Amino acid sequence: MTFDESYFSIGRLDRLSYEDTFVHRLDSRIKVVCTMLFLFTVISFSKYEVVSLIPFFLFPVLLTTLGEIPVRFLVRKIIIVSPFAIFIGIFNPFLDTRIVAVIAGIPVSAGWLSFISILTKFSLTISAALLLIATTSFPGICHALRRLGVPAIFVAQLLFLYRYLFVLLEETMRIIRARDMRSFGKRGLGMKVAVRLIGTLFLRTVERAERIYSAMLSRGFSGDIPSLKKYQLRRPDALFAISTIAFIALFRFVPVTEILGRVIQEFFQ
Amino acid sequence: MSHHFVDFKDVFYHYPDGTRALNGISFRIVHGESVGIVGANGSGKSTLLLHMNGYLMPGSGTVTIGDVLLQRSTAADIRKRVGIVFQFPDDQLFMPTVFDDVAFGPLNLGLDEESVRERVRNALNMVNSYDLRDKPPHHLSGGQKSSVAIASVMAMEPDILVMDEPASNLDPKSRRSLITMLKTFVHTKIIASHDLDLILDVCQRCIVIRDGAVVADGASKDILSNKTLLEENNLELPLSLQRC
Repeated sequence: MTFDESYFSIGRLDRLSYEDTFVHRLDSRIKVVCTMLFLFTVISFSKYEVVSLIPFFLFPVLLTTLGEIPVRFLVRKIIIVSPFAIFIGIFNPFLDTRIVAVIAGIPVSAGWLSFISILTKFSLTISAALLLIATTSFPGICHALRRLGVPAIFVAQLLFLYRYLFVLLEETMRIIRARDMRSFGKRGLGMKVAVRLIGTLFLRTVERAERIYSAMLSRGFSGDIPSLKKYQLRRPDALFAISTIAFIALFRFVPVTEILGRVIQEFFQ
Repeated sequence: MSHHFVDFKDVFYHYPDGTRALNGISFRIVHGESVGIVGANGSGKSTLLLHMNGYLMPGSGTVTIGDVLLQRSTAADIRKRVGIVFQFPDDQLFMPTVFDDVAFGPLNLGLDEESVRERVRNALNMVNSYDLRDKPPHHLSGGQKSSVAIASVMAMEPDILVMDEPASNLDPKSRRSLITMLKTFVHTKIIASHDLDLILDVCQRCIVIRDGAVVADGASKDILSNKTLLEENNLELPLSLQRC
């Protein structure tokens, strides 16, 4: 993927968050809290758990559908980061060879089970995090964090990260374009030049930071970033929060899949 | 109010690397004047502007804004009166949405919610950008960014408006509406630019600086029609005066 393409792909995730659907309209605090709860619940399962995790896919699937997020886009994002999870779990099948189950005549070792569990947890958590970003504007998340008691200085850092990520990427894109236009074949594309480009970029960033700070000062900045946003919890927010918490609790403490399996088994007997 | 004057007396400034940017510059701008500041690249225009709200402090000499002498202790007070629109709107627009950005100044002034909203509305309407209020700055075009940057300063209702190359990113129509808007702003205006036509249109007075000192100071129509003076300063006659 060229630099230009990756830049626009980041921009796409951002653009999605400005859509207007049921999920997008929900209060950002609720979404942040529910997503956190979801993440912690998923992580809290034991390392051999797979079956009980399956019902949790309901959460990302629902958000994707209601939030009108393109599924292929989401899946591709998950695949891009998947190497991290794969490398964490890849050796489990070799290290933990205890046989724990036999499915259709094939013995399954505990290692494979924990590997699959890692992958399942990974897809659940990453998709939930991506969906939070894709359905909530980044400033919305920041204001929610501020309201939930995160110190102003961290929130300000996040806000600036978001604001200047795009400016910085555009700057990088311009530098890379300028380099590519004047480097032919392999010359000019090597490590040596890249290091200098990073240096240039760093200096420009420092200069820009100076200019931003002077612009902030000239508009009366004195340490805190004020906001006018008023948040009011409406009925859909409460509904969403209550049902999410109820379902997460249900799936966490009641072995739903097992019960469902028993019912189906009995039905066929 | 008659005391919105800007007074520079023998101001020297050199950057930490030794570059002497201001070399004993002196001038006085009184209330209601609109003054263009022109000069070659590197003549000290930007450094001069950064002194006007105390971002930089004079090495020696004095800067007086209104009745207040510029010092570390008075800088915050002076910033409330002097609004600076910087050259690059990306540096000026640091908040995640247009509304938040324009509201940043008024909120720091400690205004209540209703007046903040009203100021934001007025300022954005002034530059015809109220519809952009919920957009993040990185989704705006260059011209829209410039307009919003101007609104973000106008929302503070400054007594003195200072602009650095205000029209450099604008298409001709936006530039024209900027000029119209500047003419309606009745307070003191100080505009640094290479766009001499804009200065001729908006400013009655013009100051030429070279190597950090004033080389000419007078009515725009005299200075901007003086071909030799302009060419000595890497400038040329405004297009509107070239035709005749």
